[in-house]
Amino acid sequence: MAGHLLILLVSSIFVDNYLLSRFLGECPFLGVSKKVETAMGMSVAVIFVMTMTGVISYVVQTYILVPLGLEYLQIIAFIVIIATLVQFTEMVIKKTSPTLYQALGIYLPLITTNCAVLGVALLNVQMGYNLIDSIVYSFGSAVGFAFALVSYAGIRERLAFAPIPKTLEGFPSALIGAGLLSLAFLGFRGLV
Amino acid sequence: MGYWNDFTKGIWRENPTFKMVVGICATLAVSNAVANGIAMGLATTFVLVGSCVIISALRKFTPEKIRMPIFVVCIATFTTIVSMIMNAYLPSLYNVMKLYISLIVVNCIIMARAESFASKNPVSNSFFDALGMGLGYTMALVIISIIREILGSGTFLGLQVMPVNYQPVLMMVLPPGAFLTLGLLAGLAKFIDTKAAERKKASKERVILGGRASSDITG
Repeated sequence: MAGHLLILLVSSIFVDNYLLSRFLGECPFLGVSKKVETAMGMSVAVIFVMTMTGVISYVVQTYILVPLGLEYLQIIAFIVIIATLVQFTEMVIKKTSPTLYQALGIYLPLITTNCAVLGVALLNVQMGYNLIDSIVYSFGSAVGFAFALVSYAGIRERLAFAPIPKTLEGFPSALIGAGLLSLAFLGFRGLV
Repeated sequence: MGYWNDFTKGIWRENPTFKMVVGICATLAVSNAVANGIAMGLATTFVLVGSCVIISALRKFTPEKIRMPIFVVCIATFTTIVSMIMNAYLPSLYNVMKLYISLIVVNCIIMARAESFASKNPVSNSFFDALGMGLGYTMALVIISIIREILGSGTFLGLQVMPVNYQPVLMMVLPPGAFLTLGLLAGLAKFIDTKAAERKKASKERVILGGRASSDITG
């Protein structure tokens, strides 16, 4: 049991990395990765929102949607859950750390439309995970997301001072950098 | 002119994928085969057109404060419709891209068009704007998937196009290939734009210089 959960955790962090191999949540990946500090703040917010979403969406799916035969409302129901959670996180961060709130700016409400968050809710259902599996998988995916985001921010901080051809400045170079990082993550495939 | 302009700006000038770089999650994920790219592009176009028309029709009744939830519910409805249609008629394709079809609901392109265009413009303009953006997105997806499928598997829509002894570049159909292809294509789009802007500037300068020369003579 524990071994199975450990494999799930490791594979969700490294092998099936949300950013670099499943392509979920690319907007914040390119948007807030200019500074390590903002990337850290964003990561913490995403870890919290994703784990909570994983748990609550599982409960809603199993105890409300399936018994009532309302599976076709899944997308709408999940989106409403996420929007509420994000609103809540925003209020908490605003109260506890105004500087972080300033730094995250527009990206905080945008977690609502972060595919990674909706993706984790949908994947939990698709894979048929139970409650414990869902919690571990949601948390692992979020940590994987954070890991990739922060390491990429470290690369981009250095990239800012590199002499890049004019046409490749901005998004193109950011994407190519992400491609190289993703190539490195391919190496984790043999891990599990 | 107005409708034509609304329609064409999404194709190149404000192309969502190459110029604005929004909604790239699905672009990167499904562009490993041309068939997937076309299906995803058309599905997104359908949701985009449907929800933009509805949002635009309701724009006078939509309270400013709760517009986001209204947009999201509208988009989610169309996404559910498209996923049901695909499940019924294209089950094999649907099984491959199930997750990303559901994720159309959080595609930034749709929210961006709803917020910046459909909520402020009449239905007909919104329709053409959405259609142009959708087709621009489809075009981008098809270009990326053609490059990736031909280089990565040596096929086009499943048919062998490369010589038999061609060794496929496996990396191109794996995740890194998606990032690299999109990065290089976005760079290419930027390069074409800079060149076009330079040429425009040069011709404009010539006109200004010409004008000054003639005024000098009359002065």
